Amino acid sequence: MSKVNELFRQDLKVINMGLKSFSQDLKKQNTEVLQVDWRPPAGGNPRMIELLNRLKNKK
Amino acid sequence: MIEQLIQKANEQVLEIIQNTQPVITGIGTALDVVPGMTKTTILHAGPPIKWENMSGPLKGAVMGALIYEGLAANAEEAEKLAASGEIKFDPCHHHNAVGPMAGVTSATMPVWILENKSYGNKAYCTLNEGLGKVLRYGAYSSEVIDRLKWMENTLAPVLKEALELHGPIDLKTMLAQAIQMGDEGHNRNKAGTSLLIRELAPFIVKTSFHEDDKAAVLKFMHSNDHFFLNLTMPACKCTLDAAMGVKYSTIVVTQARNGTEFGIRVSGLGERWFTAPCNAVKGLYFPGFTEKDANPDIGDSVITETAGIGGFAMAGAPAIVQFVGGTPKDAVNYTTSMYEITEGENKSYVIPFLNFRGTPTGIDIRKVIETGILPIINTGIAHKEAGVGQVGAGLVHPPQKCYEDALEAFVQEMEKEGVI
Repeated sequence: MSKVNELFRQDLKVINMGLKSFSQDLKKQNTEVLQVDWRPPAGGNPRMIELLNRLKNKK
Repeated sequence: MIEQLIQKANEQVLEIIQNTQPVITGIGTALDVVPGMTKTTILHAGPPIKWENMSGPLKGAVMGALIYEGLAANAEEAEKLAASGEIKFDPCHHHNAVGPMAGVTSATMPVWILENKSYGNKAYCTLNEGLGKVLRYGAYSSEVIDRLKWMENTLAPVLKEALELHGPIDLKTMLAQAIQMGDEGHNRNKAGTSLLIRELAPFIVKTSFHEDDKAAVLKFMHSNDHFFLNLTMPACKCTLDAAMGVKYSTIVVTQARNGTEFGIRVSGLGERWFTAPCNAVKGLYFPGFTEKDANPDIGDSVITETAGIGGFAMAGAPAIVQFVGGTPKDAVNYTTSMYEITEGENKSYVIPFLNFRGTPTGIDIRKVIETGILPIINTGIAHKEAGVGQVGAGLVHPPQKCYEDALEAFVQEMEKEGVI
């Protein structure tokens, strides 16, 4: 039996990183899920990301 | 190379914060002891602001101070004088001082004198009036002025003499103890106030004043759980002033609000303010008031969070949520999230509930922008109109724009320095 099938025989324990709606859908199906409080660096603001990068050593 | 320069500078700032020894050395009159003070100067909280741009509670407090000083006979005269250009308005922060809420400090007001024994700089703050209808929340009725006069003529002289008999009080030890007893030094100062009374009471009794005055002073301190706030604030102020101007440091050394604008200053950028409109406070209101009555965020008391206590130490002060809203679990979460945006952990101010972990200390503008986590501040809420007073307490964040503008300026400065 492949490892993947073994995984699907177990109870699912999910860690969701990203869109919260994925974790909400799982919750509705009574699946245990942990939503990671994640957001892109500087909220995805390109100017702020550029400024932060300027303060990092040049590789 | 730039990362190392910033890291070294930030470590230096943190070391200054850790090594600071704030001590109460006495009580004086603002005109005599506060640098640059004049009879027609009114100091206020937050970044610089003109009379016409002041919010209701700040205008109210200014009017009250002008009446208190005898420069105006009533509110109408006070308003006219304030608008005349004859009064010099300046931030407390430009005079080594801090003031809660409106932060209004005028010439004859008594002030605590604190000294940072490690670095020699001083800080000043008025004495706390209590909660509700008080000058710092913009109230200026006769009961407010009468209380201020009693503070000037009885409270301050008694405490001054008691301090002379006692000698300097080590505030760092007292504040560290208060934090372990459930205070966070901003909106919960029950333990600190009690410790101060315990320290001073035997010497208040020994002063030369009438028994009734001594009893009134002890009763006043006892009835005001915020009495210690006006000591935690200058303790944090003299701590952070010593850390101002460390080249290449991205650590915030001032956060303050005047009720219209929020301002921050960064160690490596010196005296320059980065300002943006103040946010609304989310909180709990006294009976009869709602958020419609509230003025935006106001006061210098956010100096506590800037130094790593206040909202940053709420995990150790779970009872505060009954005053500012939320649950004890929220209080723990606020503190733990602040470790994400700070340089280090305080060696003196530790939280028993977090296994005596030091409070998150030294806000780094880079971390705030990178994580999007803004500093948490707990605060009182003033009525938006002059003359009313406090209407509640709650939680608030600085506007992100202050941090974005500071980062922009810091990068420009590094470009000018030729290090990036």
